[in-house]
Amino acid sequence: MSRPTGHRAAARGRPQRTAGRVAQYAALLAYLLFLAFPFLWLLSTAFKPPRELARVHPTWIPDAPTLENFRSAFDEQPLLPAAANSLFAAAVSAVLAMVLATPTAYVLARHRSRFSHAATGWVVISQAFPLVLVIIPLFLILKNLQLVDSRGGLILVYVVWSLPFALWMLTGYVRAVPPELEEAAAVDGAGRLRTLVSVTAPLLVPGIVATALFAFITAWNEFFFALVLLKSPGKQTLPVVLTHFLGSEGVADLGPLAAAALLATLPGLVLFAAVQRRITGGMLAGAVKG
Amino acid sequence: MTLATAQRRSTAAGSGRTAGLRRDHGAWFLVLPALLPILVLSVGPLLYGIGLAFTDAQSGRTRSTRWTGLLNFSDLLHDTLFWDSFRIGLLWAVGVTVPQFFLALGLALLLNLDLRMRWPARALAIIPWAMPEVVVGIMWRLVYHPDAGFLNEALRGLGLSGATGGRDWLSGLATALPAVIVVGVWAGMPQTTVSLLAGLQNVPQELHEAVAMDGAGAWRRFRTVTWPVLRPIALAVTALNFIWNVNSFALVYVLTDGGPGGRTRLPMLFAYEEAFRYGQFGYAAAMGLAMVAVISVLLAVYLAGRLKGADDA
Repeated sequence: MSRPTGHRAAARGRPQRTAGRVAQYAALLAYLLFLAFPFLWLLSTAFKPPRELARVHPTWIPDAPTLENFRSAFDEQPLLPAAANSLFAAAVSAVLAMVLATPTAYVLARHRSRFSHAATGWVVISQAFPLVLVIIPLFLILKNLQLVDSRGGLILVYVVWSLPFALWMLTGYVRAVPPELEEAAAVDGAGRLRTLVSVTAPLLVPGIVATALFAFITAWNEFFFALVLLKSPGKQTLPVVLTHFLGSEGVADLGPLAAAALLATLPGLVLFAAVQRRITGGMLAGAVKG
Repeated sequence: MTLATAQRRSTAAGSGRTAGLRRDHGAWFLVLPALLPILVLSVGPLLYGIGLAFTDAQSGRTRSTRWTGLLNFSDLLHDTLFWDSFRIGLLWAVGVTVPQFFLALGLALLLNLDLRMRWPARALAIIPWAMPEVVVGIMWRLVYHPDAGFLNEALRGLGLSGATGGRDWLSGLATALPAVIVVGVWAGMPQTTVSLLAGLQNVPQELHEAVAMDGAGAWRRFRTVTWPVLRPIALAVTALNFIWNVNSFALVYVLTDGGPGGRTRLPMLFAYEEAFRYGQFGYAAAMGLAMVAVISVLLAVYLAGRLKGADDA
């Protein structure tokens, strides 16, 4: 209905329109450059031989691109063991967080009692607490359990840390499953457990996978807790090991630093590209219906 | 047997429409165990942490920890280093949150138009989000590097750099905080943009066209149609960004480690050093608690002011 009128309006103001369009594209281009240039500079630095990095006028495109920096990066720091540590901590904590959070989220979404309101409120409030206030008690608890400087301790902290977010997301996903479906299954003679397993769970799987992947990425990228908890070099995660490239005086070997930073970004980037759409949807579902 | 009765009961309750699912007061025995993870893993530690703020807890001490009441807080009041750091933290949080919001709003509005370059722009806007904060810090150190950095070279190319040559942005007393704030804005842009973009998708297109027919310009259409819908999301996003920015750690730790001369020592860096370099757990917890208190007051004032503004409008 409104289509044709819209066209007529567009036709009337055509020259102005074109000028506006040009301005819009120029603005978008400026944004693209602002967002992209640090990343492109990282790429460029990672492939530059040391000779070019020492040059007075650095260039965008390396004259003689090389993979040397990547080899030196692996020689200088234990990147592979660090990546394995990160992978282990992120994967185990993501799975544990889902195991703990899914039943809670289901109950929070379906049973609206005082308890669940209080719990939802807490999930929101706990986000405002600074990480120091989170880590100091956990550090003391872990110390009593002899779990400081251990992978288990780090995983426990990651579970604690990702729980509120996971609950927030999963509650949104559970609400998106109409209760009428469960009622229909009950009417058809399915028991409570049967309904959960064969009606609700399959519908929740995409949401759980997306939330787990997000928990995985945040743990993979996490720095503060790993810095505080892990002291033995053999147990440190990738972000902590990356900071070792910076050296004590801030004098860094730029090439290998850039190469290692680039490698550390790739897994998160690939996973994130896969789940980003779902995550934004889930966050808003939690927000709007919360 | 039991299953059958349970099921009969649930169908009976179901006839009262969803009563069985929604207002299940008798289900506390089901609710409480499910809430156990929150209680044990989240509420418990945080309460413990709050309690520690009122003690003299220290690392590696053999004497047992004692209650000291408000001693930590009265010490904190006279700790000029902490208040310096607090002031820097507020400058940083406001300096990042405000430009971040306006830049992200501009980008979201552009991405909401049917322009051709939308796809690469959306993809690019995601990159900083998926990056480890440590990598973001490292990347910008390469940009700011006095010799091999992009920024000095670009300024040189534009003829803007003086004869002094390479400027060390992150070690300059005057430039360090602004330089770090730019990185903060950059790093938080994607989340903010994507949230605002999702909000823009709720703006009714028909209303836009109708108002445009009435001859309203772009600004008036934004004011009268877009902003009322976007407003609650904008409020939530800026409030959340502010909290995150006050609590930010890794970015500045990698970029400057609080230097030069404490010019970028955010409260989180300060508390981290206090707790894990000097072992003053009780005192650091008190700092954290003071931060929560101030943030809550600021946010309450902000949100109350904004919500009242919404009623007036």
